[in-house]
Amino acid sequence: MHSDTKAPLALKLSAIGGLVFLLAPIALIFLYAFTTEEKSYQFPPPGLTLKWLGVTLGRGDVWQALGLSLKVAAISTSIALVLGTLTAAAVARSRFFGREAISLLVILPIALPGIITGISLRSAFALLDIPFSTWTIVLGHATFCIVVVYNNAVARFRRTSGSLIDAAMDLGADGVQTFRLVILPNIGTALLAGGMLAFALSFDEVIVTTFTAGNQSTLPIWMLEELVRPRQRPVTNVVAMAVVLVTVLPILAAYYLTKDGENTAGSEK
Amino acid sequence: MTDHAIFPPRAGLVARGVDWVIRHPRMFTFLMILPIVLWLGIVYIGALIALLMQSFFSIDEFSGVVKHEFTLSTYAELLRPSNFDIIARTVVMAGSVTLASAVLAFPIAYFAARYARGKWKALFYIGVMLPLWSSYLVKVYAWKLVLAKEGILNWVFAKLHLTWALDGILSLPVIGGNSLSVSYLGTFIVFVYIWLPYMIIPVQASLERVPGPLLEAASDLGATPRQSFRMVLFPLALPGIVAGSIFTFSLTLGDYIIPQIIGSGRLFIGQAVYTQQGTAGNIPLAAAFTVVPIVLMGFYLWGARKMGAFDAL
Amino acid sequence: MTQAVSFRGVCRHFGIVRAVDGVDLDIADGEFFAMLGPSGSGKTTCLRLIAGFEQPTAGHIEIYGERAEGVPPYRRNVNTVFQNYALFPHMDVRDNVAFGLRVKGVGRAERNRAAEEALELVELAGYGDRRAGALSGGQRQRVALARALVNKPRVLLLDEPLGALDLKLREQMQEELRRLQRALGMTFVFVTHDQEEALSMADRVAVFAHGTIQQVGTPEEIYRRPASRFVADFVGSSNVLPAEFVGAGPAGCWASLRPEDIRLDPAGREARVTARAYHGRVVKLGLELDGQTLTALVSPAETLPEPGQTARIGWDAAKVHVMEPGA
Repeated sequence: MHSDTKAPLALKLSAIGGLVFLLAPIALIFLYAFTTEEKSYQFPPPGLTLKWLGVTLGRGDVWQALGLSLKVAAISTSIALVLGTLTAAAVARSRFFGREAISLLVILPIALPGIITGISLRSAFALLDIPFSTWTIVLGHATFCIVVVYNNAVARFRRTSGSLIDAAMDLGADGVQTFRLVILPNIGTALLAGGMLAFALSFDEVIVTTFTAGNQSTLPIWMLEELVRPRQRPVTNVVAMAVVLVTVLPILAAYYLTKDGENTAGSEK
Repeated sequence: MTDHAIFPPRAGLVARGVDWVIRHPRMFTFLMILPIVLWLGIVYIGALIALLMQSFFSIDEFSGVVKHEFTLSTYAELLRPSNFDIIARTVVMAGSVTLASAVLAFPIAYFAARYARGKWKALFYIGVMLPLWSSYLVKVYAWKLVLAKEGILNWVFAKLHLTWALDGILSLPVIGGNSLSVSYLGTFIVFVYIWLPYMIIPVQASLERVPGPLLEAASDLGATPRQSFRMVLFPLALPGIVAGSIFTFSLTLGDYIIPQIIGSGRLFIGQAVYTQQGTAGNIPLAAAFTVVPIVLMGFYLWGARKMGAFDAL
Repeated sequence: MTQAVSFRGVCRHFGIVRAVDGVDLDIADGEFFAMLGPSGSGKTTCLRLIAGFEQPTAGHIEIYGERAEGVPPYRRNVNTVFQNYALFPHMDVRDNVAFGLRVKGVGRAERNRAAEEALELVELAGYGDRRAGALSGGQRQRVALARALVNKPRVLLLDEPLGALDLKLREQMQEELRRLQRALGMTFVFVTHDQEEALSMADRVAVFAHGTIQQVGTPEEIYRRPASRFVADFVGSSNVLPAEFVGAGPAGCWASLRPEDIRLDPAGREARVTARAYHGRVVKLGLELDGQTLTALVSPAETLPEPGQTARIGWDAAKVHVMEPGA
């Protein structure tokens, strides 16, 4: 829907007010990363400094948490990419008993409150005698990352005509060549977008992680501890800013990738 | 190239394996869904069911050991005033957060769908996507900065000489408190902030689908702006609002971090689950608490489906 | 002589649906063969069985004397022109045409030269750099043709290749396909639901219904001597009448009488006119003759009766085709 008339003033003001409400707190994060105040959240900041950037860079615990977060996000994204794509291919390409159940199953870990997924996995690990490690965190994250990849891939598979695969095989491409030369180029951007979203989701996850992490700290767990028992506020400020940057950039990239993908697939709206 | 109508099989184990799989499409499908069925269908769902089964057991009050006998006494415990308060508090909070999100989201979504063009459209897109995808904890942290006693909100009220108004609100019973960051009101604001984008997106999507001439038709037929909102626009946006409310309601029901960081210290369902399974070690009660949001959401989704909300997702 | 394609008792069942049910078929080397039938008659499934996208649930398929059951599509020297062309959207025209050579490991220079040759063959020389999406329907059709021909397949399969084209382009492509087939001497197997297209292009036609072949023969045989009521009706909408009604055969048999073989004849039998429609070159008359409904195509030059009037009609007894008992 579009209109050429001007918006009523009240509508315009409340819409812009809403935008300010949405964006101002995030802008504040960037300001506080440079404050000279150490003990409280004083506004306006009494002074600005770059000192805390340096201090944060020298903090081993932050680096360790960041490293674990990146590692977990990378591995669970890879698992989600493989499983999500396989499932999407099966659901989009063939009919089988329980097809509807599969798409529901994939959505469940993200549809149920995180705390339920967390406790369930924790009790599953206890039942199967799996000790907590990086791998239990990875399994937890992969569980809810699959749906993101799946959603992106299944939409693209449905738009990609099935006869393309027939055509490739008809022209002599075996299964591997068909995948490499036809399927992958057609679903590539969707997978990249799904992978980036999954990465961001995993990088940011805290609730499921509290149940599957044992005593290791990912960056969100580190943040949570700082929030509950603040120790060094300026360092938390800087970490918060870094996290915003790390999660937002892939999102913007993913947006542009899927936008292009839709254009080349010819569904112009 | 060759006069043969059939080429010889390709060499190599991979090629032969792929050959075999392609000739057995049912096997191929089976292999593709096998990992997901094993992990989500068996381990995850199995764990979920095992957890829910626990709610039918009870805990021995003296020894603290779980008694593996079927009983409904754990559910009865949910109705004890202290536990029932937790449930009521959470449901009331989820309901008010949903309502407030809908009211706040509508003008933003409506403006973005109907009037925003070019640069404004991009700004609204970023304005919604940035908070949606920013780190959850960082957003909560940002509100700790905003709501702190020495923080920006108090500063703004002081500059506007409105501190008396803020104090007035904080002195109200139940929702007030010592400062915003330790009151229900603070918890409420943060919940609304965190889940608002989940409401804006489906509402905007449902409004984008309303054809522009429809409103012109309404006013052509003599409807005042207020009437065309009530009789045309709102009914058409309703599936989007219901879809968004699924998120705001369910996410508030299950959250245990926000009230822990910004709030009065009184428990919500998520926190109750967390403490019961952790420090209190009462797994049956934790499981029974877990059942509450699942049942509530089951009813909610059933109602939402009847209102056609799933088409708006 | 070895047949290009031969089916022996071939079945393809999908659960309870018998898409192809016991088909025997021989397609000769170098033949232009059409498979004609309404949708759901099994003709496309037969094509997919030759290509290898489907495997028979029973029976045997041979391609140039070699067993084809269980052989995947990419090991068959058979190529397909798809109904919606199925051009790869992420490749330009040249890469589309060269695809088959690329996966067989032919070097870039050589396959590009072969692709250019194939494009010349379909009169699209110089279109190599275009994207498939930037072409018209007719051009896409030619690219799809070039992409199949470049592999020099023993059999070329065409699945309703002209279905999406408008009438004029369609007639032009029909001629061109015919010309290409003669020039290359290649076996073409062509699926269509358009009886005119099948009759005008093919050396031989197989008429499909309900997963079985109703009749195989030259276009003239099919048209003049339909083997069953279905064929008579589907090909050229013949009047199917009891044989004794047209005075041409034993009781219990059916006879076919082509609408254009009925003429206005002052000495003929008296029929009631129920409808009249002007079709340009001909006028279509709906007739009722002794309780039987008939359709006749007559020349607009004659003075024609109005609906509701009666007309005297007749036909040449030699034009009546009596079908086998039980057909």
